[in-house]
Amino acid sequence: MVAFVCNWCTYTGADLAGTSRLTMAPNVRIVRLPCSGRIDPLMVLKAFERGADGVIVSGCHPGDCHYTSGNLHARRRFAIFHDLLQFFGFEEDRLTFSWVSASEGLKWREIVDGAVERVRALGPFEGFRYDRLSHGEPLEIPISTVAPAPAPAGGQA
Amino acid sequence: MKELQELSRSLLADGQVNVVIGWEQGPTGARPVFVTKPEDADRLIFDQRCVHNLAAYLSPRRPNVGKLGKAAIVAKPCDAKAVAGLIRESQIKREDVVVIGVRCGGVLADPASKEALSAETVSERCPGCESREPTLADHVLGDMPPPPPGERRRDARIDELEAMPPAERWAFWQAEFERCVRCNACRQVCPLCTCDRCVTEKTQPLWIESSAHSRGVFAWQLTRAQHHAGRCADCGECDRVCPVDIPLGLLNREVARIVERRFGFEMTDDPAAAEPIGAFRMEDEQEFIR
Repeated sequence: MVAFVCNWCTYTGADLAGTSRLTMAPNVRIVRLPCSGRIDPLMVLKAFERGADGVIVSGCHPGDCHYTSGNLHARRRFAIFHDLLQFFGFEEDRLTFSWVSASEGLKWREIVDGAVERVRALGPFEGFRYDRLSHGEPLEIPISTVAPAPAPAGGQA
Repeated sequence: MKELQELSRSLLADGQVNVVIGWEQGPTGARPVFVTKPEDADRLIFDQRCVHNLAAYLSPRRPNVGKLGKAAIVAKPCDAKAVAGLIRESQIKREDVVVIGVRCGGVLADPASKEALSAETVSERCPGCESREPTLADHVLGDMPPPPPGERRRDARIDELEAMPPAERWAFWQAEFERCVRCNACRQVCPLCTCDRCVTEKTQPLWIESSAHSRGVFAWQLTRAQHHAGRCADCGECDRVCPVDIPLGLLNREVARIVERRFGFEMTDDPAAAEPIGAFRMEDEQEFIR
């Protein structure tokens, strides 16, 4: 599972959960961004495309944004994204939106444990694994990525 | 029609505009035309086959049209909404375009159709449309027609889809999207797709995979819909040009419903109306956020 979190609240909250030695599900990999306003729906889709079974999107509570209103703009975008995914029949429980502040280490644990539990009940995400190219077999086409930059000439031995 | 031709002729002759963007009779049906000389104004027509949204030609993405000089555009009420959208988003200036509004009672699904307007032949978006007459217009032509024939079918279809269990809905959309060949016709025809560089063309990083498999298609369709939230004029052009008949009209309508339900915004042809995206209210609903 992947969590896209804002630097100022949720990331700090998750950090607090860590320094407080809270035990929680180990499934989540955190991607830290400057603000929840930076979280593009395409990032969430990309995570699912690359094999994530669940995604958490989290930022500051309304009114607490480090940049005053980034989370409020994000909220409108997420609202449309959420409703559209619903309309497409995407399993709602795979995507968790939350507000977690810097002092809410305990809430972060609840969010992570809850999301992992819901996704575990659904099993792996296979929405993109079968299509007309796969002929009923799981699709194992390598995901196209940007080629890594070539090593500099005369590089390390 | 005479009215339209005379007005265009005088606009061109007086030098008020350099080009009139309208429709003419083509070899198979109505088609867009650029009239630059007063003597050519007789080519202009307007009837129920004038389906195309000509506002797409005003977009700065088409600099060749801009080079023709100041334009007058013939606009149905839904086209006027797209013109208003372009003005709202600072793509064009109000004073740089003369809008010749035409009253409209619905158009045919096919600009080459020879049939009369009826519940069967009308474009899917028209039944239920309440805009008869554009308000964003320097001139308004034509008689007030009766409302478009037929029932508002799309909303009923959306309700039907929403009543399905999510897995069935997923299967429905995946089957529809499976036909997508990523030709980007929906984007090319859209008057409000004004980006110089579309996110679907970005390769570093590659946001939307370009091949036509389910991952890339889903990302594209979702992004297209999302990027038109609160902007779509519902002119139905993407739906019409889709070569594989993906029901994009349904999607556009659903997005419009989401925006109306959540933010109380309805697309108008008022260029000063506030847009829902890029704005917020403290008390926006957030029932989906934990």
